Amino acid sequence: MVPGSLGQGGFMGRTVLVTGAARQLAGRFLRRLVKEPDVERVIGVDAVPPDRLPGRAESFRFVRADLRQPSIVAVLAQHAVDTVVHLDVHATAGPHGGGRAAVKEINVLGTLQLLGACQKIPTLRRVVVASSTLVYGNSPRDPAVADETSRLAAPAGGGFAQDVVEIEGYLRGFARRCPDVAVTVLRLAHVLGPGAEGPLAAYFRLPVLPTVFGFDPRLQFVHEQDAVDVLCRAVRGQGRGALAPGTYNVAGDGVLLLSQAARRLGRPTVPVARPLTPWLGPGLRALGVHGLSGELFRTLTHGRVVRTDALRAATGGPLEYTTAEAFADFAAVHGPGLLPPALLGRAVERAEEALRRG
Amino acid sequence: MADAKVIPFEEGARRTRERAAGGAVPRQADGEGAGGAAAPAEAGGLDRAVARGLAFLRRRVTGDYEVDDFGFDQDLTDEVLMTLLRPLFEKYFRVEVRGIENIPADGGALIVANHSGTLPWDGLMLQVAVRDTHPAQRHLRLLAADLVLQLPVVNGLARKAGHTLACAEDARELLDRGELVGVMPEGFKGLGKPYAERYKLQRFGRGGFVATALRAGVPIVPCAIVGAEEIYPMLGNSRVLARLLGLPYFPVTPTFPWLGPLGAVPLPTKWTIQFGEPVETRDRPAEAAEDPMLMFQLTDQVRETIQHTLYKLLVGRRSVFF
Repeated sequence: MVPGSLGQGGFMGRTVLVTGAARQLAGRFLRRLVKEPDVERVIGVDAVPPDRLPGRAESFRFVRADLRQPSIVAVLAQHAVDTVVHLDVHATAGPHGGGRAAVKEINVLGTLQLLGACQKIPTLRRVVVASSTLVYGNSPRDPAVADETSRLAAPAGGGFAQDVVEIEGYLRGFARRCPDVAVTVLRLAHVLGPGAEGPLAAYFRLPVLPTVFGFDPRLQFVHEQDAVDVLCRAVRGQGRGALAPGTYNVAGDGVLLLSQAARRLGRPTVPVARPLTPWLGPGLRALGVHGLSGELFRTLTHGRVVRTDALRAATGGPLEYTTAEAFADFAAVHGPGLLPPALLGRAVERAEEALRRG
Repeated sequence: MADAKVIPFEEGARRTRERAAGGAVPRQADGEGAGGAAAPAEAGGLDRAVARGLAFLRRRVTGDYEVDDFGFDQDLTDEVLMTLLRPLFEKYFRVEVRGIENIPADGGALIVANHSGTLPWDGLMLQVAVRDTHPAQRHLRLLAADLVLQLPVVNGLARKAGHTLACAEDARELLDRGELVGVMPEGFKGLGKPYAERYKLQRFGRGGFVATALRAGVPIVPCAIVGAEEIYPMLGNSRVLARLLGLPYFPVTPTFPWLGPLGAVPLPTKWTIQFGEPVETRDRPAEAAEDPMLMFQLTDQVRETIQHTLYKLLVGRRSVFF
């Protein structure tokens, strides 16, 4: 059978190409993907090799390639790829470093080149892209809960949110030009978990959390395991428990406020006046503290909550981890901080005892 | 963070009211014994208040409370915000609530009220009125202006109190979840109108709220609030200062801005909040929401009901302050 051709029960012996393979979430996804029964070959692509190869190495191949170069067409054609999972969309620079300009180039130009290459591959059937709920922006003038049909409104000032809006624009164009390729867009909330990278995970690892004075954003998280699970379902595409092509918000049920999250994590917060926040990141970076940026503070001003009814209907249930559970799993590894909640709780209890006796 | 750690001491009085109202006591503080009715009132009441306050404090410091998708923090609202507003409601404005039975005990409903008073105290008092006098002790979810959700500190408190942006999407979502939603369609036009125009309802927009209620199939409860108009008699409006500060209006009252922050103390007027007969929307077809003429008529009907109730209440009022 020709790889990538349609069998009776869907795809058989599929070849999946995963971009951004050197990153942490992609690594987890690859380890899951090689175990999928109908996936025959997995090709990981990144500009730098991953630290650790997924198991069952005979079905996995790593190809070192830069998405911004047209060479990606050759990789796609040579392996007769039928499914592309585009995970090389990042808010922050990866292990190969680079500033914001480089990140934007990889995000936007990389996607542009990749989709251009995908257009030329006749075997291609499916494209899955990891977007972000940041596409909805974080304006207080927008409805409190966004669903998939909400207006995409990246905040002014560019940044990652602007990148994902542009990427989704390219994807819509691609879907129009190639109607026989199924496109799945997963708008992921902040991915958290024991090993998660990403701006918010880095932020919550800081010993003291700077917050925007007078604002307490509503946050939603998705556990990395759920993110991987949803990606696998999207790759499967059809059959039981699979995710049909389309656009989905992916977030754990429920909401945590930043103040609440900080207390659960036991990290003290320091409010910073809003006009100072764009300079706080660069200032602290000079002191060796990384992980803060003006854009991060913009997302930590009003926050964004999305509706996940579409995903729930498509997969037949909620994600395994709620927002609070995903955060608790993160806190179990990276907490407690300087103000452990258990300690504070006991202090209140002791105060109560003292009050009763006295 | 915006939430103050306040230990409520007014618990005794509130419990009695809750029992008198016959509703189920919502959530008892952890570790509280059975409500011993025969216990020595004074000491027992204080003890319970302290226990409840500490249990609240414990939940706050450990982050062990729930917040809904809109940022509504029920724990904070019940334990602190309502406790702070209640003296204003009971002692300062001495709010008299009538027709509370017009609000359904469960399921979605849209309360439409007039808006006045320069600062939105009327919205907050309406929220206390529904929470404290309704047999089911319902939480009112107010729809707020975008300005409220942009101001630092205020936005956090508003969201925690259960308010959200006044837009069709949020209103619909809340109504679909079976919440009681409050809207003041006059908006800033009503809030910042001069004293001379008191109790004259402003335009109600194009009746978006009626369409939303219709689509959600929930009743519309008209509500008239008397007393809020006189809390800050707005004699003038400094457009220049308003433009400079990015505000919809800058009020000039007999005391503000002349007395500084002291001028922001509202006058102790006597308030009446009257809920009217609900306007049912369930029997109307869903397409009706697309008919602008029908929406206009329904909006007008609700507006007229509120205006008439206002006039009736004003005729029956003895004085502004008593």
